[in-house]
Amino acid sequence: MLNKYPLWKNLVIVIALVIGFIYALPNVFPDDYAVQITGARSSTEVNQRILERAVDALEAKGIAVKESEIQERDALIRLNNADAQLRARPVVQDALGRDYLVALNMAPSTPDWLKSLGAGPMKLGLDLRGGVHFLLEVDMETAVEQRLESMSSQIKRELRDERVRYRGGDLEGDNSIVLTFRDEESRSEAFSLVRDQYNQFLLDEESEEGEYRLILTISEAEIKSIQDYALQQNLTTIRNRVNELGVAEPLVQRQGADRIIVELPGVQDTAAAKRVLGATANLEFRLEARQDASAANTETYEFRDNPNREARLEREVIVTGDNVSNAQQAFDENGQPQVNITMDSVGGDLMNRATRNAISRRMAVLFIEYRTETEEVVVDGETRTVDNRVVEKGIISLATIQSALGSSFRITGLDSIPEASELALLLRAGSLAAPMYFVQERTIGPSLGQKNIDAGMMSVLLGFVLVLCYMVVYYRGFGMIANVALTLNLMLLIACMSILSATLTLPGIAGIVLTVGMAVDANVLIFERIKEELKTGIPPQSAINSGYSRAFVSIFDANITTLLVAVILFAMGSGPVKGFAVTLSIGILTSMFSGLMVSRSIVNLVYGGRKIEKLSIGGKLANV
Amino acid sequence: MSEVEKKPIDFMGIRKIASVVSLILVIAAIALMATRGLNFGLDFTGGTSVELEYQQAPALDDVRATLEEAGYEQFVVQNFGSDTTVLVRMAEAENDKLALEVTDALSADGAELELVSSEFVGSQVGDELKEDSGLGMLIALAVVLIYVGMRFQFKFGIAAVVPLAHDVIIVLGVFALFQWTFDLSVLAALLAVIGYSLNDTIVVADRIRENFRKMREGDSEHIINESIHQTISRTINTSGTTLVVLLALYFLGGEAINNFALALMIGVVVGTYSSIYVAANMLIALGVAREDLIIPPKEGLAGQEEEEEQPPEWLNRM
Repeated sequence: MLNKYPLWKNLVIVIALVIGFIYALPNVFPDDYAVQITGARSSTEVNQRILERAVDALEAKGIAVKESEIQERDALIRLNNADAQLRARPVVQDALGRDYLVALNMAPSTPDWLKSLGAGPMKLGLDLRGGVHFLLEVDMETAVEQRLESMSSQIKRELRDERVRYRGGDLEGDNSIVLTFRDEESRSEAFSLVRDQYNQFLLDEESEEGEYRLILTISEAEIKSIQDYALQQNLTTIRNRVNELGVAEPLVQRQGADRIIVELPGVQDTAAAKRVLGATANLEFRLEARQDASAANTETYEFRDNPNREARLEREVIVTGDNVSNAQQAFDENGQPQVNITMDSVGGDLMNRATRNAISRRMAVLFIEYRTETEEVVVDGETRTVDNRVVEKGIISLATIQSALGSSFRITGLDSIPEASELALLLRAGSLAAPMYFVQERTIGPSLGQKNIDAGMMSVLLGFVLVLCYMVVYYRGFGMIANVALTLNLMLLIACMSILSATLTLPGIAGIVLTVGMAVDANVLIFERIKEELKTGIPPQSAINSGYSRAFVSIFDANITTLLVAVILFAMGSGPVKGFAVTLSIGILTSMFSGLMVSRSIVNLVYGGRKIEKLSIGGKLANV
Repeated sequence: MSEVEKKPIDFMGIRKIASVVSLILVIAAIALMATRGLNFGLDFTGGTSVELEYQQAPALDDVRATLEEAGYEQFVVQNFGSDTTVLVRMAEAENDKLALEVTDALSADGAELELVSSEFVGSQVGDELKEDSGLGMLIALAVVLIYVGMRFQFKFGIAAVVPLAHDVIIVLGVFALFQWTFDLSVLAALLAVIGYSLNDTIVVADRIRENFRKMREGDSEHIINESIHQTISRTINTSGTTLVVLLALYFLGGEAINNFALALMIGVVVGTYSSIYVAANMLIALGVAREDLIIPPKEGLAGQEEEEEQPPEWLNRM
């Protein structure tokens, strides 16, 4: 028994370790404090001139600039410390004006040669760098209802165009629309019309006392696709809005069937972020009802600024905020704030069709807002809080239509400039397909983030050093070998996480610490086995060999079962649990590699290929 | 040859006592959970928490009085990490601006303080989390049962899962007893305890399987005792290194990680104990015997089983 690794096997290990070293390396370079400049609109370019203006402004205020550079779509100014960063932001914002967004950012200082290899540091999670985390829930019931409403008005419009007389057309429970006809003939006409053009409905007929009813029930598949669409649309809208906020490296992600996670690193003003993100506002354009309109086709709304004033509006919606392609805040002739709106072609078309026959009638702009209100209810003597979802609809303007409106027009009658610009922003960023509610929120101050990093690093280091000492004291020479393997394991773990650009969170650090503790297990198992073999009196070389191979089965089974648990953790868990599961899983894999392959290779280098009398493995039996 | 080698410690000699101790611990833990209940953190209950950093250490009673005056109900005020850091927890879960309002209310009388972090969790999210984590835990146990049942034998599967449940219940019981906050990080710790304890149990079980095949004499109890004896120094060393790291984490990791480290420390100690006294005990109670681990020759490939337990060929070449 010679215990020599063939050359290729040593090479594989060396190559793996070199790659690990390169990709772990960027984490050694600390991030720079920086401010990031982006154009407020995608058309605004950030060029060298703009950057120079910003740098000049900073130097005028005595803030030292470490480095400045133009990137693909934005510019980055690196500063010396957190304090300079906080002072720099307003200075740069003032110097550049409203056309540019200035955000706080942490810029990795990876050297170019590493960057060219695609290496970069691990990302820090919110709990380590500060920022806000939101979890939003999409109200799917309303999404389906809204879609049904709009389909119902489309169907009714078509029926009118085809001169089929009907009554009703309202939503009934179970997601269906009921149309009533006077005779069987019109019903069958309607039947074929709906069947040809709206195949997402299941059709049912019912008759009683001269009333011929057609019941349109929406199919399950269609409901699912409406919900999918609503979530997708909301996701896009939220992304647009986050971009409008000018946050560096935001995260907007779908979670499950009806939730969206938003993480905004560096943002401290939760209130402002929430107002823009969560503004589940939308607009509806409707005509004012005629005097003789039947009550069934009209709804009465209050004015937003004056609850005593009311107006009766038609139930039918001409267009909604969804069709807005651009919106800008401006001023009217009297210096009052207004919003200039441009519709997309569908919206412009609908608007034109509705208004050309309604000149001199009045059109209302209905502002719709969704909020959550909490109410305390006593159930069985226990006070519980119940969340009520409240929809508030108010008219913001009611203006006479002077001429047929096209794809661009304006809304006046807004309270203030901030209100007008926020409305413009909301319309521009796109409206939400369905209302959303905040179900979770977490704010982490930047000082806490730094504290978490320091505490985490400190405990990793100390735990690590303690384990190293333990191993050397107990296993002597073999303990040293295990320590080298353990160190390389930590390096590989960091390299893997950097390559996968996994996010490092506080529970993630805990996962690393735990991996350090558990990674030695493989070596402990092997060494104990070698000792046992030595006890039976076999020569050291064979003891090493059978120690490694016998321990393998235990190590394999134990690690695979733990890995299974880690994978389940990842699949079932959310947020912090996920971060922990990722590090644990990667840690199990790297520790198997380093514990089995790397430590064996070192043992072979030290002891292999020659005749040896004893092993330095600690305990009374070392000299057997 | 050492003394110990000739005369293995009689681990299984006190197995009846150990069973009684385990049973009492588990029953006590369940009783504690039923009577005192777990002190669920914000992640599970929903609500709002605000962490404030004062310039000078405030008297907590003053803070409470100020909040009461400001009209708040159902809140908890406590120090968090240091005496200048104050954590205010409230049951109210839907007011967006609560964190700012609390900060304003407390700084109204001139105290210099800073909002360090705030957190708000809707109540239905908390409920879902409870369900999801319970489900996750059950799935984890089921998968372990199946995997170990396949790799070893069904009796081993049961002997692997019961100690896991035992460990989780006892850790939960300790948390209920001291009313330590049970939040997401503790849940992660609990799942790590499952992983860790499983690791331990498998190593012992692996040795038991090996010895059943190798040792041609002695009853089950003797073989199991011998296996535990052979693995005990490994068990203690691994638990030792892990505990050392966890102690570092507990003392230096900061307040946010304290309960995580605590849960794991208890879990590692209980897990080490259970891999010996619960897992091995279960095997004896289930009457594991040599025949359980040897594929009957009728199925033809008796030799293959033996071979399967040998390390794969590529490892031998290492």
